[in-house]
Amino acid sequence: MSAATQPAPAATRTDPYAPKGLALTLESTGAILLALIWVLPLAYAVWAAFHPAEYTTRFVLTAPLTLDNFTRAWAAAPFARYFLNTFILVTLILAFQIVLGTLAAYALARQDFWGRDVAFVLILAQLMIMPDALIVENYRTLAKVNLIDTIPAIALPYIASAFGIFLLRQTFKTVPKELDDAARVEGASPLQVLMKVYVPLAKPTYVAYGLVSVSYHWNNFLWPLLVTNSVESRPLTVGLQVFSSADQGIDWAVICAATLMTSAPLLVGFLLFQRQFVQSFMRAGIK
Amino acid sequence: MDRREFLGGTAALAGATALPGIARAQGATELSFFYPVAVGGPITKLIDAYAAGFEKENPSIKLKPIYAGTYQETIVKALTAHKSGTPPVLSVLLSTDMYTLIDEEAIVPFDDFIKTDEDKKWLSSFFPGFMENSQTGGKTWGIPFQRSTVVLYWNKELFKEAGLDPERPPKTWAEQLEFAQKLTKRDAAGNVTQWGIQIPSSGFPYWLFQGLSTQAGAILANPAGDKTDYANPGVVEALQYWVDLAQKHKVHPPGIVEWGTTPRDFFERKVAMMWTTTGNLTNVRANAKFPFGVAVLPAGKKPGSPTGGGNFYLSKKATKAEQEAAFKFVRWITTPERAAQWSAETGYVAVTPASYETEAMKKYVADFPQALVARDQLPSAVAELSTHENQRVTKALNDGLQAALTGTKTPQKAMEDAQAEAERILKAYR
Amino acid sequence: MTNRATATIHGWLLLLPAMACLALFTHWPAVASFIESFYSTPKARRPARFIGLENYQQMLADPIFWKAMSNNLWFALGTIPTSIALALLMAVWVNDKIAGRTLVRMAFFTPTILPMIAVANIWLFFYTPQYGLLEQITGLFGARSTNWLGSQDTALYAITIVAIWKEAGFFMIFYLAALQAIPPSLGEAAAIEGASRWTFFRRIQFPLLMPTTLFVLINAVINAFRMVDHVFVMTRGGPDNATTLLLFYIYQVGFGFWDTAYAATLTCVLLALLALVAFVQYGWLERRTHYQ
Repeated sequence: MSAATQPAPAATRTDPYAPKGLALTLESTGAILLALIWVLPLAYAVWAAFHPAEYTTRFVLTAPLTLDNFTRAWAAAPFARYFLNTFILVTLILAFQIVLGTLAAYALARQDFWGRDVAFVLILAQLMIMPDALIVENYRTLAKVNLIDTIPAIALPYIASAFGIFLLRQTFKTVPKELDDAARVEGASPLQVLMKVYVPLAKPTYVAYGLVSVSYHWNNFLWPLLVTNSVESRPLTVGLQVFSSADQGIDWAVICAATLMTSAPLLVGFLLFQRQFVQSFMRAGIK
Repeated sequence: MDRREFLGGTAALAGATALPGIARAQGATELSFFYPVAVGGPITKLIDAYAAGFEKENPSIKLKPIYAGTYQETIVKALTAHKSGTPPVLSVLLSTDMYTLIDEEAIVPFDDFIKTDEDKKWLSSFFPGFMENSQTGGKTWGIPFQRSTVVLYWNKELFKEAGLDPERPPKTWAEQLEFAQKLTKRDAAGNVTQWGIQIPSSGFPYWLFQGLSTQAGAILANPAGDKTDYANPGVVEALQYWVDLAQKHKVHPPGIVEWGTTPRDFFERKVAMMWTTTGNLTNVRANAKFPFGVAVLPAGKKPGSPTGGGNFYLSKKATKAEQEAAFKFVRWITTPERAAQWSAETGYVAVTPASYETEAMKKYVADFPQALVARDQLPSAVAELSTHENQRVTKALNDGLQAALTGTKTPQKAMEDAQAEAERILKAYR
Repeated sequence: MTNRATATIHGWLLLLPAMACLALFTHWPAVASFIESFYSTPKARRPARFIGLENYQQMLADPIFWKAMSNNLWFALGTIPTSIALALLMAVWVNDKIAGRTLVRMAFFTPTILPMIAVANIWLFFYTPQYGLLEQITGLFGARSTNWLGSQDTALYAITIVAIWKEAGFFMIFYLAALQAIPPSLGEAAAIEGASRWTFFRRIQFPLLMPTTLFVLINAVINAFRMVDHVFVMTRGGPDNATTLLLFYIYQVGFGFWDTAYAATLTCVLLALLALVAFVQYGWLERRTHYQ
């Protein structure tokens, strides 16, 4: 394995520390092994979902394929409604998070005013005091205003996100001050400057943050479980749980079918756009 | 029975909660009726049909069933509605929620509506095992409806393989152990490939344990629901039997046995006998690829099993007229014929002995005799454990049971600790 | 002066919507929990009354609280370093030109996309004794059957592993983005100096990744106190509270026992714990930045 010891030709601009030869083989093997372990639950879900129930625990290559589990799952619970609820929920949350976050981040990044640092600390507090820790009090608040069992009730504690504000603030800070000044000289109001200069430049951050927010709220469980009681407001996760905790014990085939069904939009979305996502993270400077 | 402790709820947290205002019609009495089932299942169609049938016979009453999800969701909804002022007139909630509902002053007893001799006869027509969970302090607070009990399922094929009579389930604790020993198989390395018996112990072990403790002649809580008897020698003996099955005789899987996977273990032939709810009948019938039997639980000092499931409750905040109308419906739906039809179509136990004498029931059991087992067990059935602060008091027992089953405490110590904890909680209620 | 006044008005106007929401759903509930922890839980006939430190005394005497605390600390110790180290390793691997890089990266990221509540059911199958996947694999090597979730010795590890699996891939993305942002010239320079790959990683890459590590660390700490979804499905806190985490216990007390005052007391402890962690972390950050 001479290739491993020979230095890379200096002419091409390659990473001198990129592993080669045996090292690369070892590294690839390690990575693939770990990846296999990581993808195992998903692989199992696919297996169980597409095979009859008696094969859920037996891995026979000749097992017949079936879509029966999907039809059973679809019929067993109003998943169409749950999909709609989740879709409304994540859209609602993301829209508010972006609007509120953009305004706040702009103020924190580019306005110099009295009380800014205090405000920043108060906002950062939410990074630690996450809404999940405050379920008891938040439930009470929402009950007082008659919002229990509505989609806004699930969304409200999350629509101001310290994480989002923090990310956007960092991004806005990297926008050259000259661009800001130039726009102002042309007579743009602060809001116009924000919309014309800052927001377009922060696009990767929005994409990266959007991914995090959507996948988080698509999969969030505890809070929606507490504040929803009816099909009209229940998101997918809660619907999935209500449906899978039957008296009769666990039917993995149907649960796996339901799991694939409910995560399909996110999975497909990620498969299609994964390169863009990683690049957004990179360009968003989330590092 | 279900995973009730999941969001097992008692008194509501909210001061007021959104509930679509229940309009009270001027002419007809409108009855809102909470039912603990997820929307869209076959049960909703049944209930809708019952409601329509009732309205036809009683045009002055309009019945409005609201399908509120699981038991937990239903009680949370009912109690928050109670606090906000417009609770459902009638609801089906867990029988074990009785003390909580009383403590919250959310329900009225049925006694005020029992006027004629016929009413009295009706009230005494239910299986006593179900009524134990519905009465306290000399009053009847709930009427049994959607009820279940614990039974033993056995795999006839594995019985035959082990040289046992496939048609004869164990009748006593001794037999249960003996059969389980014969049914436990080990491979060359000493690993168990097939267990003799398993009794699930995850989530709500108290319910299955109550079978054992009743068979040992112990009663876990007093009828007033303010005193438990966890440290009773009979209780300890029952727990010792359970622990011994696993740790001493090694015929029962060690540690905690998951409720949810138990039926699957049975289908996979990993266990020859299992204890679980009658609610599993239809599931086992559909998925077991071998002949199976259903039997009453083996007797210790005596036979015994807990009941489980839901009761009808009447809201205290409803008007007298609404309560009367709701009472009428409860009487109507619990007649032997309807109870029989309900049982045949859902798999739940019919709540009165008389319903087992009806034609519909006879036809059903001729086709599926296993359904009769629940009835045969009911004479020896006891109330499901229920006290004030029910969730906490049962958790104390659950924790103790799990501690003993996982070997961190002796049965004696585990039950003493559980009793001390229950005592601390219940002191305030005496 | 007036300029500053206008700026202040503008600034606060921009902040207003976000601050209002935070005040309503973060600051106020935190304060309210603190106040409520000094009152008794209201009952039908007994309204809440001031009881001083009784809730806290009850808590100190509550063995389940202590169990939940120690479980949560072990859970945190198990998940935080492991998931961060794995995330870093994954990122370094995926950053190199290894075979099947895209697929591997995707595999690492899938847990982030799957809902915990659903995959917990799948993990339940993996851990099931006798015919569960883990058992089928270990069975090939003749290992003894283990009841992973049903034994007090292993249940907490079992749910810790699920948590690591769930979050490592998410953290990987952050490291990956950071690694790709390191200028290649640094590597070239180090190579000319003759630094080994390990030295390059330890002396150059890792310090440059420090802000990412800090960010990921904060997230990992929060997750250690937030991730309880799988507990609902896999163990419900059992056996005998062996997997009861603090938030799960708060949920049980608040929404199972409806003992809201005691739940508020437990919430205060959780908040205090998180605040403590925050202070330690920021202090540590301060020191790190001085070193650099």
